[in-house]
Amino acid sequence: MTEAAAVQPTPALTAPTQPRPVVLLLRRAWRQTRTKVGVVLVLLLVGIAVIGPFLAPHSPTEFVAAPYAHPSSTALLGTDSLGRDVLSRFLWGGRSVLGLALAATAIGLALGVTIGLVAAYASATADDVLMRAMDVILAFPSLVLALVAVATVGPQLWLLVLVVGITTAPRVSRVTRGSSVEIVERDFVSAAEAMGESRRKILLGEILPNVASPLLVEASLRLTYSIGLIAALSFLGFGLQPPAADWGLMINENRQGLTVQPWGVVAPVLAIALLTIGTSLIGDGVARASAGIERGGGAE
Amino acid sequence: MLHGISGFIIRRLLLGLLTLLLVSLVVFAATQALPGDPARAILGRSATPDSLRALREQLNLNQSAIVQYGDWLKGLVTGDLGTSLAAHEPVSQVIGKRIENSAVLMLFAALISIPLAVAIGAVTARRRDSTFDHGMSVGLLGLAALPEFVVAILLVVLLGTTVFQVLPAVSLIPPQDHAWEHPKELVLPVLTLVIAVTPYISRIMRASMVEVLESDYVEMARLKGMPEQKVLWRHAVPNGIAPTIQVVALNLAYLAGGIVVVEFVFGYPGIGAAFVDAVANRDIPVVQALAIVIAAVYVFLNVAADVVTILVSPRLRTSLR
Repeated sequence: MTEAAAVQPTPALTAPTQPRPVVLLLRRAWRQTRTKVGVVLVLLLVGIAVIGPFLAPHSPTEFVAAPYAHPSSTALLGTDSLGRDVLSRFLWGGRSVLGLALAATAIGLALGVTIGLVAAYASATADDVLMRAMDVILAFPSLVLALVAVATVGPQLWLLVLVVGITTAPRVSRVTRGSSVEIVERDFVSAAEAMGESRRKILLGEILPNVASPLLVEASLRLTYSIGLIAALSFLGFGLQPPAADWGLMINENRQGLTVQPWGVVAPVLAIALLTIGTSLIGDGVARASAGIERGGGAE
Repeated sequence: MLHGISGFIIRRLLLGLLTLLLVSLVVFAATQALPGDPARAILGRSATPDSLRALREQLNLNQSAIVQYGDWLKGLVTGDLGTSLAAHEPVSQVIGKRIENSAVLMLFAALISIPLAVAIGAVTARRRDSTFDHGMSVGLLGLAALPEFVVAILLVVLLGTTVFQVLPAVSLIPPQDHAWEHPKELVLPVLTLVIAVTPYISRIMRASMVEVLESDYVEMARLKGMPEQKVLWRHAVPNGIAPTIQVVALNLAYLAGGIVVVEFVFGYPGIGAAFVDAVANRDIPVVQALAIVIAAVYVFLNVAADVVTILVSPRLRTSLR
């Protein structure tokens, strides 16, 4: 959500008296129970990821007991495959998942919005070339494209962020282009053109604010997706490398001991599950609010 | 100029082939033509000059990138996919059997999830805005949000190891057997894929059914005194399915990517698990071949989706003439 707001400049020229469309949208979204539940879940998990490391009783790499020890007073959730404290590693392990997913979504949004706006506003040929290029990226399942890159370059974090961002871009660009195309035809855009405003100013100042609502829905969808993809890549062993504490990696490391000591797997799995459910509930709340406004602001 | 439906299908197929050609270019560029030395990247810093030379020879790295791409493409078309660096066997031999196993997995997942999703969509649309509908809506939304590996691990915890131990947590299928001879080993991977795609299809089916149930001919059938169940399943559902087909195909395409993680979790001997292994071992010929295979399935299903959608929608069909 935050990065959608970051790429969005103040629409000073559009509607000075009414509340901004995005504010209206968020207000309506908040009235839905599912949005509130989503926000609570996301805040909880983001809280764990951000504050967790300060609360961890042990260092995430310290050996505190035998491998796969059951929960005890020294290790409240037991120990992992190497005898490290599961709770401490869990509290440390959210930052990477969240940080990488946010960075990837931000890159994907920036790229996708730029490409989508340019495609909607540019000539038909440029539009075709840009959108066909997006189709080629869409011809791969995102994970496969990410794995091809990892096979070549190796498991580098910047690469994961970049690839996940690139696979996010086509979908964002489709949404942006789709909603911008009709805006481009409207009178206020022709008026701005007649006044001799620069192309960049028209794209960012006139068109972007008017496609903010569908973009906000798409952004939350993409964030949910990026979290899953980043966690999956870590889980496959191509994200953070041992001995780092990372939810995806933890699940993989402790899988073998699932019958003996499930917490090393269950805690991070539940964390990722609740985080993605939270972001998608928020996205659905916003989508419903947006559909309600389009229908003339009727029932929620 | 090509006209009508056959013309549309041919154009769509050609566009699909063009996309695949571009895909092959991307895969090749990403794996072999990047700046730097792929041979050194594969062998690591400790490589001897001799082994580097041998690998460059094997990967054809001494030629120009264009010649390399041409040779590789020719190999792809003729079925010569090169030699696996890890297994020292032809790539086609390494992945041949695994393609069958993965196809079985996808087929079962499709056969279960499609009717299930159609039924869920129809029933929730019929009981629109009931508690059941709202509950299903939130439940399906939650399931759709979960990454496949999270679903897979949760199923293993629930049914394979920690809570109940009723199903094997690992899909051990001997290389000489067919996957369908081991139904127990198939349950958890198939169930994971079903959970991954059913929510999307049911949501679209529900939306489509809501529209159909408000249409005149459904009203007509009701006014004739037809039982509501018959109205729903005989009249409404067949009409509600058409707009769903595109989403079904897109989700089957999505399965082609989903199998990568799911096969890895269960150690299922398909192309997904092989792909992860090849990436870990930097077995470039296998990575290239499997990326193309998966992308080909993906592109083909997308083309199929467009064609079937045209075929089942009378309005679109006539607009082509």
